[in-house]
Amino acid sequence: MSQEKTKSTLKNSILPFILISPTIIIVALFTVWPTILSVYQSLFRQRLNMAEFRVPKFVGLQNYISLFSSQTFHQVLLNTFLYVAITVPVSIFLALLFALLVNRSVKGIGLARLALFYPTILPMVSAATIWMFFFTPEYGLFNTFLKFFGYRGPQDWAGNPHLALLAMMIIFIWKSAGYFMIFYLAGLQNLPESVLEAAAIDGANPFQTLIHIIFPLLRRTTLFVTTIAFLDAFQIIDHIVIITKGGPSDASNILLYYLWQLRFEYTDIGKSSALTVILIAIMLLFTITNFVLSERREEKANAK
Amino acid sequence: MQNRKIFKYLKSWILNAITVILSLLWLSVIVWAIVVSFRPANKPLGLGDVWLNGFTFENYLHAWSLAPFGIYYRNTIIVVLIILLFQLVTTILAGFAFAHYKIVGGRWVLFFILLQLMIPSTALLVPNYATIRILGLFNTKIAIALPYLGSAFGTFLMRQAFLEIPDDSIEAGILDGCSWWQLLLNVYIPPSVPTIIALSISSITWHWNEFLWPFVVTNSDASRVLTVGLVRFTQLGEQGAQWPLLAAATITVAAPLLIAFLIFQRRFIASYLYSGIK
Repeated sequence: MSQEKTKSTLKNSILPFILISPTIIIVALFTVWPTILSVYQSLFRQRLNMAEFRVPKFVGLQNYISLFSSQTFHQVLLNTFLYVAITVPVSIFLALLFALLVNRSVKGIGLARLALFYPTILPMVSAATIWMFFFTPEYGLFNTFLKFFGYRGPQDWAGNPHLALLAMMIIFIWKSAGYFMIFYLAGLQNLPESVLEAAAIDGANPFQTLIHIIFPLLRRTTLFVTTIAFLDAFQIIDHIVIITKGGPSDASNILLYYLWQLRFEYTDIGKSSALTVILIAIMLLFTITNFVLSERREEKANAK
Repeated sequence: MQNRKIFKYLKSWILNAITVILSLLWLSVIVWAIVVSFRPANKPLGLGDVWLNGFTFENYLHAWSLAPFGIYYRNTIIVVLIILLFQLVTTILAGFAFAHYKIVGGRWVLFFILLQLMIPSTALLVPNYATIRILGLFNTKIAIALPYLGSAFGTFLMRQAFLEIPDDSIEAGILDGCSWWQLLLNVYIPPSVPTIIALSISSITWHWNEFLWPFVVTNSDASRVLTVGLVRFTQLGEQGAQWPLLAAATITVAAPLLIAFLIFQRRFIASYLYSGIK
């Protein structure tokens, strides 16, 4: 067979490249070229709304330096760090909890799966509009609900500097947990029956089984879910655009939204390019690390 | 023995109760939006008053009269279909090339394409916006669709599906004298239909719901899609008293996918399982 393939290769050595070329053109034009362009433009000062800086001027690493020495950028970095460090583990924990709960064969469990999964299908802008109401002071449903449990704290979540970022986190977690759940659900359903039976015969209680058997077996799923959760947390800012606009006073501003502001509000090409490069570096580093980690694990598993 | 039985019974009831509470919490968001969208304006909005105030289509009519949702719908459908059509053609052709031919430097070509997975397009918002400007495509539906006409993820997925095709059927096809495209149409595609459907569903949902990129490259109602239209709508400064109106607009944007999801749940969930690599 591979001989057959080689034969058709020799005869059609150009054809496969023609078949791939549309994809290559799109990747070149909208992934590779913009990456190179960002690195290049990040070395120039250019601001469209100031006559003196309209023409790009080479400034070396100045854009990066001024970013890293700006108070706002520190705030944005801290927010992004908090946002990722909290939403990723919490939504993954919830996803696993959901999966364990709905992986039982109880009547009506299908409905529970739908109830937990549907936010995945809901556009983030729709979700954000609804949550905007939930977070409103006085009659917002969220506060009404918390009041039921004795909450008397600040009312305007999205407008409160101490709560705005948390509010955005809650929306992200609510939206993502059900999505990550289905990967765990698939993972659970692929668990080898025999191992679980062996554990039961050895007298392991459900909790022990969970910690010592199910978790380790789901490690690959967790690594995979962590990767998408991480990338999503950096990329999805629709709710921030709609509800807080990064405010109040940058309390809920994260990297991608700040990038948008730099380019479209301050029309600062140089700085926004520098930030683009930083964002690309973070995402690339993370995906490649995770890829290498999962490959190594696979090799180890195969070696055994 | 008796104790153990009671314990087991109790445990399953506690788990059921947790499941029900979480499901209701997660559902409350959409239930509230749907219920309020059908309620007369300027009535209490708590869940407790839900059934007291009657039922009306007014909010939907009002929302549609305030913003051109018909145009937004048309634009969204056009954009989603353009992307879907092109993605199917480009990913099937590229996936076929990778699976069927031994390409010189094929690993490097594949790696080049997979860069699209490692550097998400949202991070490239600024330079891609510049490219759209240079191409003279700003504020067009093509601009929204263009970066997505090829898909590394889809190519990879199609390649995997095509690699599963048994050698025997490919050899039989070649012996029958099939040309490459007959081979593709008759041997490779038919068994790969489930993958193609999964790819289509995730493409449609993803691009129906996308907001940031269309928001950046459009600036008039003529080319705005639903998500962007909704945001313009919420920013008209009519918040507060107008929640039923907003809820109606919100549901207007989300309804087609939610309904499709309710009908084809399994397919949707399966396609999202596939598309996790995105």
